[in-house]
Amino acid sequence: MTNDYIIDIQHLSKSFGDVKVLDDINFYVRRGEFVTLLGPSGCGKTTLLRQIAGFIAPDEGRILLEGKDISGIPPYKRPLNTVFQRYALFPHLDVFDNVAFGLKLQNVPAKEIEVRVKKMLKMVSMSDYEDRSVDSLSGGQQQRVAIARALVNYPKVLLLDEPLAALDLKMRKDMQMELKEIHRKMGITFIYVTHDQEEALTLSDTIVVLNEGRIQQIGTPADIYNEPVNSFVADFIGDSTILNGTMICDRRVEFMGHEFDCVDEGFGENVPVDVVVRPEDVYIMNQLEGAQFSGVVQSCIFKGVHYEMFVETDKGYELMVQDYNSFEPGSTVGLLIRPSDIQVMRKERTCNTLEAEVEDDKHVNMLGCSWECEVPSEFAPGDKVLAEVAFDKVDLWDNQADGKLGGEVHFLLYKGNHYHLTVLTDDGDHLWVDTNDIWDKGDLVGIDIAPSDIKLRRRDG
Amino acid sequence: MKKVLAKCYIWLLLAMLYAPLLFIAIFSFTESRVLGNWTGFSTKLYTNLFSGGMNGGPSLLAAVENTLLIALIAAVFSTILGTVAAIGIFNLKGRKRQAMQFLNNIPMINPDIITGVSLFLLFVFLKFSQGYVTVILAHITFCTPYVVLSVMPKLSQMNPNIYEAALDLGATPGVALRKVLIPELRPGMISGFIMAFTMSLDDFAVTFFTRGTIGLDTLSTYIYTDARKGGLTPELRPLMTLIFLLVLVLLIIINIRRAKSDNIAK
Repeated sequence: MTNDYIIDIQHLSKSFGDVKVLDDINFYVRRGEFVTLLGPSGCGKTTLLRQIAGFIAPDEGRILLEGKDISGIPPYKRPLNTVFQRYALFPHLDVFDNVAFGLKLQNVPAKEIEVRVKKMLKMVSMSDYEDRSVDSLSGGQQQRVAIARALVNYPKVLLLDEPLAALDLKMRKDMQMELKEIHRKMGITFIYVTHDQEEALTLSDTIVVLNEGRIQQIGTPADIYNEPVNSFVADFIGDSTILNGTMICDRRVEFMGHEFDCVDEGFGENVPVDVVVRPEDVYIMNQLEGAQFSGVVQSCIFKGVHYEMFVETDKGYELMVQDYNSFEPGSTVGLLIRPSDIQVMRKERTCNTLEAEVEDDKHVNMLGCSWECEVPSEFAPGDKVLAEVAFDKVDLWDNQADGKLGGEVHFLLYKGNHYHLTVLTDDGDHLWVDTNDIWDKGDLVGIDIAPSDIKLRRRDG
Repeated sequence: MKKVLAKCYIWLLLAMLYAPLLFIAIFSFTESRVLGNWTGFSTKLYTNLFSGGMNGGPSLLAAVENTLLIALIAAVFSTILGTVAAIGIFNLKGRKRQAMQFLNNIPMINPDIITGVSLFLLFVFLKFSQGYVTVILAHITFCTPYVVLSVMPKLSQMNPNIYEAALDLGATPGVALRKVLIPELRPGMISGFIMAFTMSLDDFAVTFFTRGTIGLDTLSTYIYTDARKGGLTPELRPLMTLIFLLVLVLLIIINIRRAKSDNIAK
């Protein structure tokens, strides 16, 4: 029952100006759990954490702590503590006084403060540094003190805002292990924010994947890695090849020009889907016997534990493969994917669907400007309709002025033989574009759509 | 050769800057009424100054007392006001913040005489009886921007999360201000205080226009009146020497503090 949830977030939304940073966030955290909020920068994860801490008030929704709404309670009255990304230690106090800060405010007797601070400094291996000024400590040491300063108050939940982001790789790995150990010893609930998917997979009991202010998926690290629900999650977590496919029937899917057995059911027949193949799940061999399809090795790079190869398949798709053995570039290889290693995902959309308004018998208004198109005779000027534009029918130009509309490449996904781009128009609308041209994230583009490629239909309801 | 010339140049410059001060300091050790007449070494002017045994002695000492009192009160208030204002301005965003910083800078560039006259007109308009209070108010007005200016850099150097960290650890906003923010800003506040104190100490124009007609004199207005009455009172020479030394010490303190905090910042 709800008693088990130490934190329960319900319908939380937040906007800064016109930008919706968080949109209807719902999730809960069990007592003692290590939950990670994971997403790229700007996805709203830090805003979410700051709302739990109380530094930002939500526009809508509730944050329940042990069943009680704390949305209106100021941060200094919440029994939660935060570890900040840039440590935020008090420079005018020494290590001991930094850690003792919270306890002194609670009027804990001096003797008990001393015992608790020393115990906590021991826990983070900083016992010998009590009298040091915090400016004399390294980044890793400062972060240890910051963790001790938060934990010494025995908070109900410890909030950590990318605490390891400023540390170098080796230090980060060590601290990850220590954090996990501290979490185990103290039994305190951790909510951890990071953009580092590997860190999230290593540390968490549960991962909440966020993108553009929405929760994409909640699950255990294994769930998120093995069963991503959409192409964003699949692309963000680990290496993968994401491909367009068609679900032919239950347990049978077509992609890369071949049919495969799989374990997914319930999609219906002949339904377009996204297919995820992890590079370590592709079996690669020298003979074609027993292989499902063949390919030619394009490149082979040694990555320490394994070799990473790009293989061009017989039907012209590019597939990433990881294997302990290396295969010479140029050699023909046989490839095989087991049914349970094929992850099939419902497509979020199969074409661009835009809100439009008929202007006259030759024009509609959509995306903030007027477009020429064939308007069926059933529509009259002023009618509100939906316009559908196939992904591959949107033309992009290098020069913004060459298009009817300007935009910026916001996100890109390689789908084996083409790129699937998310383009943000100047007015903030999303357009999805399939293209063979190579673009980079952040490229400014001109957008054009041919009149014959805009299909109008009635709005439902 | 070039080096020698460069050195000569700088020494010449310094000599020209400091010769008048040196001149006063040297002639504070002779009894002559007329500045420039050396009538033998004596510390009589100093003893006169401190025992008040000279022409207009009591009013000179009163002027010194007024000057120090006004400077102290003005510096205290403008330090408080300036710090609060700096925190406020710092938390504004983008253009608003730029605008406020610009507005803060104008009074510092504005000639004193204009500040003085406009304050005079304002007090007259508001039917404020002029005297101690108006002089102090005027001094607070022109000192505050200097405090804002010296506290701002401390705010930008500060980790923006430490205030939040204090709240997070259970400090109310008031406690966080006292225990975390103020200690962080203290060096800037002290520099600002000293600057305000010296600005107030040496002001003439603003005081002259806002002191009213009750006969309130600070050192600068006293000297002005005294000089017009025919010749400076000789005891002003040791007084000026002492004031110069006081300001010198304050300036050295400011500079040492700044050098120290720069070192820490690095």
